[in-house]
Amino acid sequence: MSAILETVGVGRKYGDFVALEDVSLSIAEGELVSIVGPNGAGKTTLVNVLTGLLKPTAGVVRFRGEDIAGIGPVMLARRGMARAFQLVHIFPAMSVGQTIAVAVISQEWKGLSFFRDVSRDESVRARVHEVASIFGLEKKLETEARHLSQGEKKLLDIASAFALKPEVILLDEPTSGVSSADKHGIMRNVVDASKKAGVKAIILVEHDMDLVAEYSTRIVALTAGRVLADRPPKEFFGDPEIVAAIVGRMVGRLAKEA
Amino acid sequence: MRTAVGVLVLASLAALFALPSVLSAYYITLVLPAVAYAIALLGFNLLFGYTGLLSFGHALYVAVGAYGAAVLSSKLGIKSFELVLLLSGAAAVAAAIPVALLSVRYEKIFFGILTLAFGMLFHSFLFKFYDITGGDTGIRVLRPSLFGNEFKDLDKTAFLVGPFYYYCVGLLAVLGFVMWRIVHSPFGLHLVASRENRRKSEYLGVRVRFFRLIAFSISAFYCAVGGAILAINTGQADPELAYWTHSGELVFMAVLGGFANFFGPLVGAFTFIFLKSELMGITQFWRFWLGLTLIVIVVLFPRGLVGLGQDLWTRLHRQ
Repeated sequence: MSAILETVGVGRKYGDFVALEDVSLSIAEGELVSIVGPNGAGKTTLVNVLTGLLKPTAGVVRFRGEDIAGIGPVMLARRGMARAFQLVHIFPAMSVGQTIAVAVISQEWKGLSFFRDVSRDESVRARVHEVASIFGLEKKLETEARHLSQGEKKLLDIASAFALKPEVILLDEPTSGVSSADKHGIMRNVVDASKKAGVKAIILVEHDMDLVAEYSTRIVALTAGRVLADRPPKEFFGDPEIVAAIVGRMVGRLAKEA
Repeated sequence: MRTAVGVLVLASLAALFALPSVLSAYYITLVLPAVAYAIALLGFNLLFGYTGLLSFGHALYVAVGAYGAAVLSSKLGIKSFELVLLLSGAAAVAAAIPVALLSVRYEKIFFGILTLAFGMLFHSFLFKFYDITGGDTGIRVLRPSLFGNEFKDLDKTAFLVGPFYYYCVGLLAVLGFVMWRIVHSPFGLHLVASRENRRKSEYLGVRVRFFRLIAFSISAFYCAVGGAILAINTGQADPELAYWTHSGELVFMAVLGGFANFFGPLVGAFTFIFLKSELMGITQFWRFWLGLTLIVIVVLFPRGLVGLGQDLWTRLHRQ
């Protein structure tokens, strides 16, 4: 198994505060790796390091063998990694079709054509339609993103990331704020679509242990910036200590928030 | 709707071409600056309406266009208007790139203040460096040739309200068409995406800073073309063109017409010029009435005159 994405001894400090320490991960083809942990465990920092947004203060991050520390989101997208967001990140005034087209244009390197009418570009249009129908959005192509339901906004966010034809896709709490009935719908949609489209690995950051247990091939647990466990779901949930450390604290936190 | 827009555009162009046979020369010399501002605003709004960056310093590029026309015509003896436009436009792009490199890293008020500061710098340069710029009197602008034709048998006014007027309306049509293509191109869509959500657009591979830099340069080119026309119309390039209130007028026109619509700023340019000249004829408190107009527009019709027109259109069609 060769790693598509890996970190070796990654650390990140903010002044004196240590957000990540000595994190070594390796994600291989065909995996769906979940990153879990209580709030403040360093998940967001890790995601930002993995997506080249943050430079680690120690260690290396490699994507397909190349160092991607701090290369930034644009270069990351060009190299084949896409990210969907925890809070829906969409273009409120743009239609579903236009939103997906933004990604298709980058992917087809057409951003610097100034005179082509984008609505008449057949290859862009076909690809937009294809991606939209994968995520069940083909009837909403003309709808402005701000008029979509919360679940549809999530799907659009993921669909636009998907339109980049990424090798790795990172989903940051893709189902937060979505009804539990829709959660599985979204996850199944993403997993199926990824398989069909040749996405090689998925990274999932998720609080919902149902989803983590059902879809992951491996679970990485973070506490206080360190890797506490890195195991397949069966072993993970079979270890009472880990469950107590991660899930227990998360449930406690969630109960407090509620 | 689409055909209605097409018909309106063609009708407006036809009206502009027909105006000299209907209106007196005085009014045509008023329409000329409106055409000049319309061209400048096409560029200004690529940055403001489409890219979401509000510049308070775009009078700088209007002034570069005007001084470009002045220097080229009266100091270097270049007559060809085509050459004047290209060279002043290029000068404006050259002036825009360093400003843009610094300011496109910022957004909102920080972008606005930076562009304002550069505009004021340029204004004081024009004002203080008397030997180069003529100080407060500026530089004279000589009559150019159009497509190599000097129209020597026409006096100044006849030239302006005749061939020069038609030339400028033609220029507005051509540059308007080019801008229409730009905002509907893949590049234009990426600009809008970066306006709507910078972070998300970056994760979708949009090169936000680079594209903003290009949009800024294009807008500077358009402003310079407008500035060159203005300078030829008045026969003078003076520092007032670069003053920050002039930048404010560009913003005023865009808001008045409605910056969310492609045609809004064009409507704004024409309305503003006529409103201003009519108000100046009626009262010495014209600034007060202009200000009041702007307040009414912002509060009651935030989508400007074009937005108001669209609402009326949909209401009529429902009945």
